Amino acid sequence: MFSRLALFLSLLLIPATHGFAQIPMGEASSVKEGLDIGVSTNEIAITSDFRGADLTVFGAMTNADDLLLAIGNYDIIVTLEGPRDYATVRKKERIFGIWINTDSMIFEQVPESYSIASTRQLDDPTQLPPINTAGVGIEHLSLNPIGYIRDVGELSDFREAYRRLKLAGGLYQKEASGVRFVSSSLFRASLRLPANVPDGVHIVRAYLFKSGTLLTQREIPLRVVKTGLEQAITDTAHNQPFAYGLLCVLIALVTGWGASIVFRKD
Amino acid sequence: MRSFCFALSGSTVTIYLPIAELSVNIFIILGMGAAVGFLSGMFGVGGGFLITPLLIFYNIPPVVAVATGANQVVASSVSGAITHFRRGTLDMKLGTVLLVGGLVGATVGVWIFSWLRRVGQLDLFISLLYVVLLTTIGVLMLQESLRAMRKAKLNQPLPLKRPGQHNWVHRLPLKMRFKKSKIYLSAIPVVTLGFLIGILTSIMGVGGGFIMVPAMIYLLRIPTNVVVGTSLFQIIFVTAYTTMVQAATNYSVDIVLAFILMVAGVIGAQYGVRVGQKLRGEQLRALLALLVLAVGIRLAVGLFIRPQDLYSVAVGGIGY
Repeated sequence: MFSRLALFLSLLLIPATHGFAQIPMGEASSVKEGLDIGVSTNEIAITSDFRGADLTVFGAMTNADDLLLAIGNYDIIVTLEGPRDYATVRKKERIFGIWINTDSMIFEQVPESYSIASTRQLDDPTQLPPINTAGVGIEHLSLNPIGYIRDVGELSDFREAYRRLKLAGGLYQKEASGVRFVSSSLFRASLRLPANVPDGVHIVRAYLFKSGTLLTQREIPLRVVKTGLEQAITDTAHNQPFAYGLLCVLIALVTGWGASIVFRKD
Repeated sequence: MRSFCFALSGSTVTIYLPIAELSVNIFIILGMGAAVGFLSGMFGVGGGFLITPLLIFYNIPPVVAVATGANQVVASSVSGAITHFRRGTLDMKLGTVLLVGGLVGATVGVWIFSWLRRVGQLDLFISLLYVVLLTTIGVLMLQESLRAMRKAKLNQPLPLKRPGQHNWVHRLPLKMRFKKSKIYLSAIPVVTLGFLIGILTSIMGVGGGFIMVPAMIYLLRIPTNVVVGTSLFQIIFVTAYTTMVQAATNYSVDIVLAFILMVAGVIGAQYGVRVGQKLRGEQLRALLALLVLAVGIRLAVGLFIRPQDLYSVAVGGIGY
């Protein structure tokens, strides 16, 4: 809590010191806007009672134009991208009355989880200026299939299904109002990590848009780690599978044997 | 087991399963284990054929459900086998011959399991196998127990099973003498039976007692008193072996899930045994038949109704 406050205060000072430095140079208008971010924690622990976590990202805009700021022409998008892996999407079809996986497509290196928060609704044409979100957001994640594609027309169906399922499963999330300005140039973004968040290195990315155009971006890694017993179990299961299997069997033998002693009918 | 205490002492009752990689309500898992344990004690079955489908209904990935189910069966068969060993109703020699086939079958089964997983048909195959076996056995058991109940009502003596009667099985070569069971039987059908059950153990996560026991009684004509103990003896080793192989090839045994199920299961079984002793044999079998049928039908419905989403996503792609 204290470190979060300290970070917050230090961020508060950033625009002030920058502003102070610019005045003697007299070129405030030509200096490009910048972006600084900090995260409330750089490691999230998955414990035995893990039910998801909230991540707060603090950030500050530097050299912001006061007029554009006043009319809300700056937009911030913050994303949290999970570790990447291949993903297989399968499609069921009815064969002899039974629903069977018949078709599948493998997408290369897509994030296992993805949360996005923004200052306003993305992909909403009624809001002006439109944000040119190329490469940012769930709709713009590149989903490249590998291998032979039988029917190109199916590709968009599979992509659409992938996004829909990931959103439904909670691993992909979008929060239109997740980013709030706490002062003219200081903002705070809240991102939710679901209970089934994959462990590994996640990346927090913040994007600054001016009048809908991407100006700059920043990124910070965030580690999601299993801790204590959970970590030990996963490590052993994957690194020493034989010993792990033996342990599982031993526990079962002892439990069964113990029960026959405890409940012995004499 | 420190982490369990943490989960319980906090305001939450969820527990994170490290291999299944999801959080579950600990009381639901405990309840499942206790309920299946109770039924297994009551009916004298291992309970694997109920645990695995229940875990799948509770959204545990089938891969984990099957491997963990096999692990849980180890615990429930050990206590049963010890009881039979004390009573002298366990034929070690017969069990060992069964086991030879069982270990080979379990190895083949894990290959099939890994292959099905790779081609994306594992879930379907597990469900199909369950539906076919559970409905077949459920119907057969129900018929048999209803017939027995009707006869009991008419005060007719039940036809005794004749272990001495011979059929084609007894004309096979490679005969062995099994002293405890007092039979002289070819090793071929015994090994074959063990082999087939072994395959089922690794694909379905069951001990296979619910198939092995009738097969031993009706097909191999092994005396009924040694059948249950001997099948439990071989189930311990085949499920233990399957647990090891699943752990080594699919990394899918969840020790936390298995432990909760085991503890709840062995306690539930003690109460089940007491209730089971008060009920009559044919009523008990009719109840079990209905239960088996219900699980089978529930799984069958899942195969035939249109899924909510025709698509599904799995992490990984190549050679997983």
